[in-house]
Amino acid sequence: MPVHVHVNVNQSDQHHDVEPRLLLVHYLRDVCGLTGTHVGCETSLCGSCTVLVDGKAVKSCTMFAVQADGSAVTTVEGLAKDGQLHPVQQGFWECHGLQCGFCTPGMMMASVALLAQTAKPSREQITEGLRGNLCRCTGYSHIIDAVNHAAAHGGVRLQPDSAQGVARG
Amino acid sequence: MYPANFDYVRPSTVEEAVRLLAKHGDDAKLLAGGHSLIPAMKLRLARPKVVVDIGRIAHLSYIREAGGAIAIGAMTTHADVQASKTLRDKSPLLAETASHIGDVQVRNKGTIGGSLVHADPAADYPASILALDAEIDVVGPRGTRTIKAVDFFVDLLQTAVAADEIVTEIRVPATAKTVAYVKTEQKASGFALAGAAVVIGPNGVRVGITGVAAKAYRAAGVEKALAGQKLTPDLIARASAQASAGVDPLGDIHASPSFRAHLAQVNTRRALEQAVRRS
Repeated sequence: MPVHVHVNVNQSDQHHDVEPRLLLVHYLRDVCGLTGTHVGCETSLCGSCTVLVDGKAVKSCTMFAVQADGSAVTTVEGLAKDGQLHPVQQGFWECHGLQCGFCTPGMMMASVALLAQTAKPSREQITEGLRGNLCRCTGYSHIIDAVNHAAAHGGVRLQPDSAQGVARG
Repeated sequence: MYPANFDYVRPSTVEEAVRLLAKHGDDAKLLAGGHSLIPAMKLRLARPKVVVDIGRIAHLSYIREAGGAIAIGAMTTHADVQASKTLRDKSPLLAETASHIGDVQVRNKGTIGGSLVHADPAADYPASILALDAEIDVVGPRGTRTIKAVDFFVDLLQTAVAADEIVTEIRVPATAKTVAYVKTEQKASGFALAGAAVVIGPNGVRVGITGVAAKAYRAAGVEKALAGQKLTPDLIARASAQASAGVDPLGDIHASPSFRAHLAQVNTRRALEQAVRRS
């Protein structure tokens, strides 16, 4: 039986009736039309589906949309503001933190979560923070550079102010 | 991968959840953080008709001192266990163990109660729960009962928790800093090929091993060899050779039974050495 969900996605209230088995990643892509979040391994290993739920990085392939009812979700589409790239996006741009780009949305969302907790991470801390995200192109070095770049250019200051959920009824 | 369809209910209290489990019987499955259940449902290894989501039972997520022990709510995430100052100060083994689980995203969703009751033979917590001699509270239609760690793990993916019961709290004793968890992980998944947890206390040494056999176990041979002795490097090396004695090691494409047994011994030695260094 469908269940009503109310999710705040990138600061926009969304109301839908969904099948309970609908995974959050499919909800975001197919119901909300936000295809920036990618479906990778579907087994919670690769991290390409990483989004923030109430400010915390999670793998949206291993969460049902109904579990996000009443929460605030930030996807990669929610990072840029008024045409300005988020510092993490700018870092990936400046440091060539991607090749094919498939893992990039998840990498960036995990990076945003990392910088929110650790403003100036060491390379080791970045490696640990991105341990749940796989890239098959770059060999990671440029990705770590990108996160460092973001940390040096206001990565924390501009992180999305979306850590609160919607009112739960 | 799409799970089979199911009906979804979200109780707000433990009592309500127990009633729902009693009502739906074998058709129902509890959903905690979902990081064991959802993968199983995608593979259709689990096909519950009713999913009872206990993720919103707020008072099941806590870490607090209770007498000489530290009580952890079953819905506490691995990330919260890892970050807990109370645990790091008073009983650091679980926090150390949690830092080895999966990755940041997995630790943000997975829960200690969910992980324990799933009883994956390669999960990290079971080794430490055994080494800490923890207690696990469960609630069901027959009331509340406490299960000792040594009685908790029954077999592959099986625990002493009945289908109509819910794990509510895990209690671990306060310990000294002389604890350690060392594992060799399967590189893709992070699960333990062999993990050894060690607690060196005033009344002896306890060693828990995960990843090696169908269920996590106490390495009784190691504990006995170390009892009442000064923990010299030589003795630690000899005792650790008993880490897989009397168990039937698992084998798969990642590690043969004999390799797992070997890793159990090596990691037991390393964990003991590390715990001694922390004294």
